[in-house]
Amino acid sequence: MNSLLNIDNLDLTLENTSILRDISLEINEGETTAVIGPNGCGKSSLAYTIMGLKDYTPDKGEIFFKGEEISGYSIDERAKKGITLAWQEPARFEGVTVREFLSLGLKSRGEQVTEKKLARALREVAIVPEKYLDRNIDETLSGGERKRIELASILIMEPELVMLDEPDSGVDVVALNNIGNVISDFKKENTGVLLITHSEEMLDFADKAVLICKGKIIKKGNPGEISEYFRYECTPCEDEDYEKHTKQEVENVG
Amino acid sequence: MDDYQMMVEAYKEAGGEDVFADSEVAHVVLERDNILGAHEVEGLSVDLKNREEGLVGVKIEVKEGYKIQKPVHMCFGVLPEKGVQKIDMEIEVQEEAEVEVMADCVFPSAAKVKHIMNADIHIRKGGSYTYKENHYHGEKGGVEVIANSDIKLEENSYLYTIFSLLEGRVGKIDFDYEAELGDFSTMEMLARMQGAEDDEIKIREAGKLKGRGARGLLDSKIAVQDDASAEILNELTASAPESQGHVDCTEIIKDEAVARAVPIVEVRDPEAKVTHEAAIGSVDDTQLQTLMARGLDKEEASEVIIQGMLND
Repeated sequence: MNSLLNIDNLDLTLENTSILRDISLEINEGETTAVIGPNGCGKSSLAYTIMGLKDYTPDKGEIFFKGEEISGYSIDERAKKGITLAWQEPARFEGVTVREFLSLGLKSRGEQVTEKKLARALREVAIVPEKYLDRNIDETLSGGERKRIELASILIMEPELVMLDEPDSGVDVVALNNIGNVISDFKKENTGVLLITHSEEMLDFADKAVLICKGKIIKKGNPGEISEYFRYECTPCEDEDYEKHTKQEVENVG
Repeated sequence: MDDYQMMVEAYKEAGGEDVFADSEVAHVVLERDNILGAHEVEGLSVDLKNREEGLVGVKIEVKEGYKIQKPVHMCFGVLPEKGVQKIDMEIEVQEEAEVEVMADCVFPSAAKVKHIMNADIHIRKGGSYTYKENHYHGEKGGVEVIANSDIKLEENSYLYTIFSLLEGRVGKIDFDYEAELGDFSTMEMLARMQGAEDDEIKIREAGKLKGRGARGLLDSKIAVQDDASAEILNELTASAPESQGHVDCTEIIKDEAVARAVPIVEVRDPEAKVTHEAAIGSVDDTQLQTLMARGLDKEEASEVIIQGMLND
């Protein structure tokens, strides 16, 4: 598998607080990497930094996408290179229909918008196109529906790297299966996936996993191992313990 | 091409439908004070008169019990770069009558144009009046619009108005709509406008919920950029039992633009209720960044968000 994303020694500080510390990570084509860890450990911040969101400029480190350093690129430039992000809480867009929203990803790549493409993307996330295409992405849609529509908007873009920020939060069991199907679709298309989650069930969809604690990767491995470690051995720790802990674990990671 | 055809063409270019040849569609076409066309349908009369210099009187009456099937189209405008249009409008919707009016005001070449409209609207018991007013002022910003409406809704009547100016420049606009509502009548008054450069937008919408169970909504969505300014005054007074209203004002600003919202809500009866919400700010970051992560640049993403808000 070819390497898609390489992050080297990334540090991020927000409002004088260290958020990410010395993060190094590699994602290959067609590979799903889960990022797991407790709330507030920096999982979403990692995705935001890769996407280049406002204020998420690293203090140190480099982000390479297909061999090119991308830290200086804007969000849309990164998107045009094939990187995109699905938010944990998808935004509402008053007055914008599902059809318009899905079309944007196609248009920005200069592709023709067809009913067939729109419908196929919606069906992949178990949304009935005829019922939803002309609805607005506003408060009339539930959080779960917006989440699935956002996934459809990403599928239609055929990105090379997609970051899914807690795709399972706020969705029902049926939708959870759909998310699994979406990840499988990405895999078939050779898309790399960075799957941010704190759900062990979601780890089943991953090829490898990393555990983050207080902004630092403390363990890398296969999803089963990481899940077990997270469940039974990872306990909340004080800063002093954390320093010792991370030093030891990172040595183990190698 | 004669003036009538030129007006119709300007109307179509501004997004209006080509309906003037349809015998089932009532219409009025005015260019400055020139009455270029008028058509009535069964149950609806149109009376046009040139009054004092430059003033045109337009009276439309929908007879009792008639429900006009197709929307009435009004096309007003000034074709040259300079000119004045003054209209006195009188609308009478008789008991249990129903009509929808689509008014398009087009000033495609305006460099110094003034459009003054005073309207008296009376919706009688059980009547329904929908009024959709769409303006196109061209790209020079040389239009000044002064529009006043005095509206009276009798028992169980219904009013819906929407004022839209979404393409081209605004110039200066100052409109003042005031409605008085009787028992169990309902009013929805909406404004959607987009200003740029040195455009000035001033809106006053007022509803007086005087009748028992009257319902009122004032909803303004405005976007201004460059050095444009917008001032929205929404006034809703509820003075009868069970009357209820809501005021909603959203304004998005960019660049050096200035927006002001002044909601005035007043309740004079313990069984009445009025709520309001107002939001003024720049384009929401999460929305913006979501669209940028789909490959749109910042300007394109802002435009999608603003147009969405204005079309909502």
